[in-house]
This record gives sequence, structure tokens and C-alpha cells, in this order.
Amino acid sequence: MSDIILDQAFMEEDTQKGKFLTFVLGTEEYGIEIKYVTEIINLQPITVVPEVPVYMKGIINLRGTIIPVMDVRLRFQKPVREYNDRTCIIVIHFEDVTIGLIVDSVAEVLNIADGDIVDPPNMNQTSQRYIRGIGKVNGSVKLLLDCSKLIGDDELQQIKPNS
Amino acid sequence: MMEHGKREPMFEMFLYESNQLIEQLEQTILDVERCGAMTLEQINQIFRVMHTIKGSSAMMMYNHISELTHYAEDLFHYLREHPSAIDDPTSLTDLVLSVSDAMKSELRKIDRGEETKDHFSELVADVRAYIHNLKEQGVGGKTAPSNALRETVERQPQAKLARSDRAEPGTTAYEAVLRFDEDCGMENIRCFTVVHNLKDNADIFGYEPEDIMTNHEGSSERIRRDGFRIAFSSPQGYDELIEFFAGSSYISKVDLTTVAAASETVEAVPEQDARPSADSKTPAPTSAMQAAQESIQSTQSHFLSVNVEKMDKLMDLVGELVISEAMVTEHPELRGLQLDQFLKAARQLKKITGELQDVVMSIRMVPLSATFQKMNRIVRDMSKKLNKDVALHIAGQETEVDKSIIEHLSDPLMHMIRNCVDHGVEAAEERAAAGKPAQGAVWLEARNAGGEVWITIRDDGRGLDKNKILAKAKSNGLLHKAEEEYSEREIYSMIFLPGFSTKEAVTEYSGRGVGMDVANKNIQALGGTIHVESVLGKGTSVVVKIPLTLAIIDGMTIKVGDSRFTVPTGSIRESFRVNDEEIIRDPDGNEMLLIRGRCHKVLRLYERYALRTEVTALDRGVMLMVEYEDEAVCIFADELLGKQQVVVKSLPPILKKINGVSGCTLLGDGSISLILDISGLLQPAA
Repeated sequence: MSDIILDQAFMEEDTQKGKFLTFVLGTEEYGIEIKYVTEIINLQPITVVPEVPVYMKGIINLRGTIIPVMDVRLRFQKPVREYNDRTCIIVIHFEDVTIGLIVDSVAEVLNIADGDIVDPPNMNQTSQRYIRGIGKVNGSVKLLLDCSKLIGDDELQQIKPNS
Repeated sequence: MMEHGKREPMFEMFLYESNQLIEQLEQTILDVERCGAMTLEQINQIFRVMHTIKGSSAMMMYNHISELTHYAEDLFHYLREHPSAIDDPTSLTDLVLSVSDAMKSELRKIDRGEETKDHFSELVADVRAYIHNLKEQGVGGKTAPSNALRETVERQPQAKLARSDRAEPGTTAYEAVLRFDEDCGMENIRCFTVVHNLKDNADIFGYEPEDIMTNHEGSSERIRRDGFRIAFSSPQGYDELIEFFAGSSYISKVDLTTVAAASETVEAVPEQDARPSADSKTPAPTSAMQAAQESIQSTQSHFLSVNVEKMDKLMDLVGELVISEAMVTEHPELRGLQLDQFLKAARQLKKITGELQDVVMSIRMVPLSATFQKMNRIVRDMSKKLNKDVALHIAGQETEVDKSIIEHLSDPLMHMIRNCVDHGVEAAEERAAAGKPAQGAVWLEARNAGGEVWITIRDDGRGLDKNKILAKAKSNGLLHKAEEEYSEREIYSMIFLPGFSTKEAVTEYSGRGVGMDVANKNIQALGGTIHVESVLGKGTSVVVKIPLTLAIIDGMTIKVGDSRFTVPTGSIRESFRVNDEEIIRDPDGNEMLLIRGRCHKVLRLYERYALRTEVTALDRGVMLMVEYEDEAVCIFADELLGKQQVVVKSLPPILKKINGVSGCTLLGDGSISLILDISGLLQPAA
């Protein structure tokens, strides 16, 4: 009984392996491992929360659950862009944290084999810090995000009230 | 049993049940000590607890626990046979408590996955020595009492039956003795069927043997031997009843007697009279003891243990339901329509969701009794160690508080009780000199007061010395104004400051000045307050006021720009409009308002939280005066949106702690409102 369930879990893991959801920020395309993505929703009214970093846009009510939303553009210190009807929130669940990522638009789901992923060059740029690898797909490149650095992060920890 | 690294439900259940049983055990044995005597009921209860733990720990392969309980069981087995053998309840209590402590610490180790002991060799030896001692003393020919006790047991049901003269007017009281066919088997079940059928047209007072659901105490054999006695009143006549009994299956003989017609009812026999004292050698149970036992029994009802997570989930869902109900009934598309029938149906829905919410809230409410009972143990241990005779009087332990609050209450209460016993109650000589009774008293009382529960911890000790506190505060550099400007209340509240202790010597229990600080912090975290009152030489009383629940609060929702904030109604003093001229500004640009002779700071929420709003002129918005403890501040907002009950939700943990915001809630339209935390707001902004 439990073996079957385990097998299923492995299978699921397996089918999700190597799959990435890609999204667009300006001219670049980013990829995020599909196993962390719970859903993609349209932009919702966001409640502003005071005293948080600028890239934390606030909180939204996702069917009764309160989740924080982060503007990935601002997180990467890119110029602000007005939200439009292509703007999406990608809801990810990573290590007990559920968070929405605001992106310009969602592109597609891609298979990227481990062999096609190369380590990023060691550059000291903000956006570079959150990249765990560069995937090559049909001649174009996707920047693959490191979820743990994106959310469970240094800068958030440093923000303290009264400091 | 933990191969998968994950806990099995059975393992969880074992820990939970055993801990509960041990708590029950401690309570019982402390009652025994307090009353100075042990009833058969109590012996049986402890015996059962030991037996259950023995069985379940053996099943879980914790053989050392089962071994220990085995000997404890032996002890109570002996006591059951020779109840008079207990001449020193204190030493027995010590022994039982050390057994329960040992088991508790083992369970804790098991819970944490730590290495456990193999044997309780010393404790087992202690228990065996105790039993041996008892037996030695028992040789002196004290066997008679056990008969006396057994007689009591036999006679009790009769006492019950004697109540049969309490018949309703218009009915007749009967007593029937039923005998069954010799080989019918399962007599207890047959009786149960009869009782069940009889209930339809009779009022049943009692029956003997009482245990007919199960056959634990050999009911079947007793029924076979003595017959089944049942007392009831019924409007039916004698013949009809004979027919009824004869019609029941397997009944071979019915003896039906009329006890008394209801019109001739005599005074009901008081129950106490029917309960003969157990035995002349053990002291008769005092009425106080009976009262104590009854109150304990009344709090031990049948419980269903549910995972708190499931409860929280249910609570969340009900919160959702209430919100979506509002979203449907107040839907913008319905506006301006004539919807009489719809509104009628919607009202019904609202009523049901409201009731559902109340019920879910009530499920989360648990009585304070378990928390209060724990204090008994603390007072007992302390009074022994400190060599003070202190009694703890508990009242209102049935008062119910939300589960989430109870969990955080036991620590602060413990600190305050310790304080009472250690600092408050004087040593024996001092008490005698002050003309007080030798035994010190500590009261622990709880009662409902509106949306709050008030817990009073009171002692009849030496009280607080204002001058001493002031002097101490002065030497610690804690005074901010002239000594004589401090009010009594302010002085007393100094004892809650960290590191503050008037006690010269640090003892095992107190004196480091940590306890009261911890207590105060914990209570404040629950949204509660502490007040101290004291009369020098007469005693001190600490009143703790805590909210009934943290999950739902009454709140006033205010609007600032596009944001909504909810202010707990309890902290709002008043709301009003002001003109710009009324504002006082200091050179730093701080704004203040003079209200009834007191100056209050003005806090513009949009400034504080950097929000965009069109309402910046003071005369266009509204002022909300909020207070926390003795401090008050005027919050400036765009407008008030209304008062409603809101379900408190926590903010996503990734956002960390935001100063002045304690959580959030969903409003009727699905939007989010931030709940303001006044104590946080009063702190200076970042």
C-alpha cells in the first residue's frame, strides 16, 4: 500500500523533473522549477503592508489564505513598469512559504535537461544573485531562478522595525 | 516503532493519554492528601490509571514503565483490600508523586526521542518497601474494615433505590425484582433491554446492579443470584406493568411492589444519610471533601480529543463562510433590486452561519480546571520545601477560555502563585505574631466578566511595602519622576519590571526578579492586563484580565487611502472630529491635542505608514482616541467604516513583525484589513 503511494510520489517527482515554467521580465526570460509552482493567477487587488521592503508589494486574499506578493522586477532592481492585463502572479510554495511573484507575463513550460544547464558566470550583480543556472533551449537562454535565495532571504531578514 | 522517522498515531495517542492519566493521578492523590483520607473510589481510580498505563506502556514496549506501574498497581491493590492501612497519606502522596514524576520525565524523553532508562530500580524498591511496611503494620488484625467497606458498596445502590418515593404527581412508584430464565445468558444485556423499553412510559429512578451496559463487575452473576432490582414510577397500573414485564423475553419471575403513590410522597431521603461512613477507623469523609470530589467529578466529563490543527482549519473555514455569505448578500449586482424572498432566505443563512460560528468558538473553549489543578502541585511542593503551611483555594475552575489562551496561561500563573507562597505568605512565627491563622492561604479564582476572564491570585500574607518598592526602584535607577508623584498603582506595577525583586536572598523559587516580568510579558502577549492591589500586612491580590479568545475580536474598521485598518474595540476610547486650530504643535512639528485637560499625541496613520490619501486636512478626517494601559494616542484616519466582529488571521511569517500591526482580517467584500496593535503603535516609529 505505502509502496504504491511512494511510487506515485516518485513518478510525480519524475514527471516534474527538468520542467520549468518560464516567464518574461522586460527582455529576459526566466525559468522556475515547476514543482514549486502552485498556480498562476491574474493580478488581484493588493493590500499594502507598511514597513516592508519596496519589492514586497503587500498581501492578497487567495481564497481565504493571506499570501504575500513580491514584485520580481523590483526585487531585481529593474525599472518599474505599469501593470497591464498580461501581468500575472505566479504562486509558488517553497519550504512552507507560499508567496506570489508578480511578473510581466508567463511564457511556457519547458523541458530543460540537466546537461543543458550551465553555471552562471560569477558576476556581482543583484539579479545575478538569484540565478542558479542558465538553461539553453533551441538557441535561446533562460535564467533559472533559485527559489531559496529569492524568498527565504537575507535582505528580508535584515529589515527590522526600529532600525 | 519509529522506523519511518514519522510518528505513528498510536504513539501520539499513547503519549497524550498517558500524560492525561498522570495528571488525573496527581489530582486524585493531592485530594487524598488534602482530605487526609482515601475513599475506595479514589483507590480504584488510581488503580485504574496505573493499570491503563501499565497495559499501554507494555504494548508500546516501554517495559520499565510497565514494571513501575505494576508495583504501583500492587500497592493500590493491597490498599483496596486493606483501606485502613493508610495511616500517613503524606508519605503515600510523596511516593505516588515521585512515581508520577518519574513517568512524566520518561514520557518527555520518549516524546523527544531521547534515550530512556532501562529500569526504575530505586523507585520500584521504594514502592516495594512501602508495600512491605504496610503489610507489616497490617498484621495487627485490621482486616475487618474491608468488610465494612464492601458493605458500603453493596448498600449504595439501595440508597439510590430509596429515592423511589420521589414520584411525579399522578404516577405511582414501583419496585420490581426480575428474575431471568436460568440459562438465558447475558443477563445484563437482557436487563438493559428491559430498562430501555420501560423508559418509554416510566420514570426510572435506579436499578441494581448499576452496571448493565458492560459486564465488568460481574453484573450477570449478581443478577442470576439476586435478581435485577429496578425502581421507577409510572402512570400505568399494576396489571399493565406485570404484562409488560412478562412480555419481555427470558423473564421467568416478576415481583412488582407498589412503593407509594406520589400524592403520599414523603420527604426525599437526603443522600448523605444513605451513605454510611466507610469505617470507623478511617476518618469519615468531611463535607468539604465530598464537595471537592463532586466538583472534580463534574469537570471530568467525556471528551473527544481532536487535533488542534483540524480545529483551526474548521475555524478558518467558518470564517471564510461568514465572509462569503456577506459577499453574496451584499453583492453589487443585487443593488437596487426588489428581492424580498431573497433577503428572507439570506437572513436565514446569516442566522445559521452565525450559530455555526458560535458553536465552533465554543468547541475551542476549554475549562481552566486543568491549569488550576497544576497549581495544587506547585503549592504543595513549595510549602513542603519552604516549610510553610499554605493551602490553595481554587474557585471558578469551570470558567472556559479559548484553547490558544490556556496554553500560555499556565506559566504566568505558576510564577504568580510561587510569588504568593514564597514572598507573600509569612513564616509561621511571623504569622502568629500578626495574629493570623497558622495556615497561610492562597486563593486562585476565575470568573467571566463580559468578553474577558478575570483571574485573581490572592494571598493573606504580608502584602507589598510601597516604601520598600520605591527605595528599591530608586537604587536601581528605575524612577523617572519624583517619588511622591507615583500613584499606588504605579508603584505596585513596578514589581513587574525586569530584574526587580524586593527579596534580599535568591531562593530556589524566586528572588531573581524574573518571574513577574515573564508573567507580565506573557499576559500582555495574550492581550491581557495585570493589576496589583495590596494592603500592607493583610495580603496582596493580583488581578489578571484576559480576553476570552484571540481568534475573533470586535473591531472598528477605518479607512486610510486605499488601506483598511481594524482597531480592537476594547482599546478605543472615543472618536471625534477636530479643527486645525485645536492642534498644538511643538517646535519639532509633533502634533498634540488637549482633551479634558490631558495632552495626547496625534498620530497620522498615512504618515506613519507612508500611505497615499487625499484626506490630509484634519477637519476632513476623523480622530480615534485609542488607549493601551494608561497611555492614549489620537489616530487620524480618513473615515470610520463601521464596527464588526472579525476573524483574526496572522500575517504571512515572511513579512516579519510589523510595528503596530498584529494581524489581518478579511472584510465582507473580500478585501484585507490590517489589525492595529495599539501597544506597538505607541512605540516610536522607525
